[in-house]
Amino acid sequence: MKARYSGNDAATQQEFTKVQELIYELRVDQVMTTPVITLSPESPMNEAKELMRFHRVSGLPIANDGAIRGILSIEDVIRWLERGGGESPAADWMTRKVQTVKGDEAAVQAIAKFGRYKVGRLPVVDRTGAMIGIVTSGDIIGRALRVLDARYREEETRRGSARCTLDELVGEGSAFVLRYEVAPKDFQHAGYAATRVKRVLDGLGMDRKIVRRAGIAAYEAEMNLSIHTDNGGVLLAEIAPEAVVIEATDEGPGIVDVSQALTAGFSSAPDWIRELGFGAGMGLNNMKNAADRFDIESEPGKGTTVRIQIDLNAGRGAQ
Amino acid sequence: MKLADVARVLDAKPISPSADIDLEVACACAADLISDVLAFAGAGALLLTGLTNPQVIRASDVAGVVAALFVRGKSPLPETERLAAEAGITLLQTPHSMFESCGRLYEAGLREGGGPTNTPREGSVEERA
Repeated sequence: MKARYSGNDAATQQEFTKVQELIYELRVDQVMTTPVITLSPESPMNEAKELMRFHRVSGLPIANDGAIRGILSIEDVIRWLERGGGESPAADWMTRKVQTVKGDEAAVQAIAKFGRYKVGRLPVVDRTGAMIGIVTSGDIIGRALRVLDARYREEETRRGSARCTLDELVGEGSAFVLRYEVAPKDFQHAGYAATRVKRVLDGLGMDRKIVRRAGIAAYEAEMNLSIHTDNGGVLLAEIAPEAVVIEATDEGPGIVDVSQALTAGFSSAPDWIRELGFGAGMGLNNMKNAADRFDIESEPGKGTTVRIQIDLNAGRGAQ
Repeated sequence: MKLADVARVLDAKPISPSADIDLEVACACAADLISDVLAFAGAGALLLTGLTNPQVIRASDVAGVVAALFVRGKSPLPETERLAAEAGITLLQTPHSMFESCGRLYEAGLREGGGPTNTPREGSVEERA
């Protein structure tokens, strides 16, 4: 088994990465069997044989008052049977030199010892040397598989429930809209709506790149409402099965020259806003870069509407 | 690169005592403009900045920045710290300048990460005063 974990085949290596991580992550006391079935050195071999058969174990620690005296394996029992199987204490057949592993060591230490000492089980001791359990390679593999299984299920449930929530909430094929009022020149709260939009999309289990693009577009749109308008505006995020659409609408002052406003580096932001790190003249460009479809309509004195569409199934959706 | 390595290279200290310095950063972005944070900070990035207002954290949050480093010994505003804690963004502070900080991190092997267009442009790493 040790050879399997250290195999040099690249694909195998990849597959075992998660398991390898686990055997470093899991502690021996998390995988061991407890309580331990033990026998005293004076116990007759017949009792040892019956105990192993009853509990379906292939080895038993022999102990006195919690102190390990030896270990009796199925091979020892076979040896005893071959020599007639007469009345005899476990102490006469057990292996006296016992390898142990500490409870707070990583499971990988136990695996190393199975290989090094050619043993199938190791009594587990605490730092004072008292026996607290027993561990076999099967225990470690079993536990590792259960942990992997639990993590896989958790991930599936998370994705599954996220999908269900969207359908349950709005009905299949429907869209829903998040609506935020954005106040003018309120830098304490500006950006709040964008981070909420991001959380909602995250919560729906959407692709991270989609979430990021929608977040960026919403943030820039929200900032424009906050920085450039007299009365603030409304930020909408429409979440539909085929697209996420961010729309910012305000009632003025409007953009005099839209193509100039779209020029990278052009900004009409005043100095005090630039000092806060805004006014790079990149806002509309960032929105455009995040969009599969970008529309802007503006009329001086009337207001501006910016619309950013991010497709979920086509275009750059999966990018 | 781990934040612990970033801190070592830049003589930086974590701002909150509970900062996770074992955190791994995938790439870095240096910007003093919010729009540049959005345009150039890739997911999992470390942001180097001279901005200490809360907006730098909101922008970092939507861009997927995991840690922000304030250059020239700048300290964030209390509201900035609060938002960072809420968004799970680790904050650090270095006494070095933006130029020096970028140079040291580059030398240590950290590179710029892709933004939404994944096309880093000229001047995107340099200090913008």
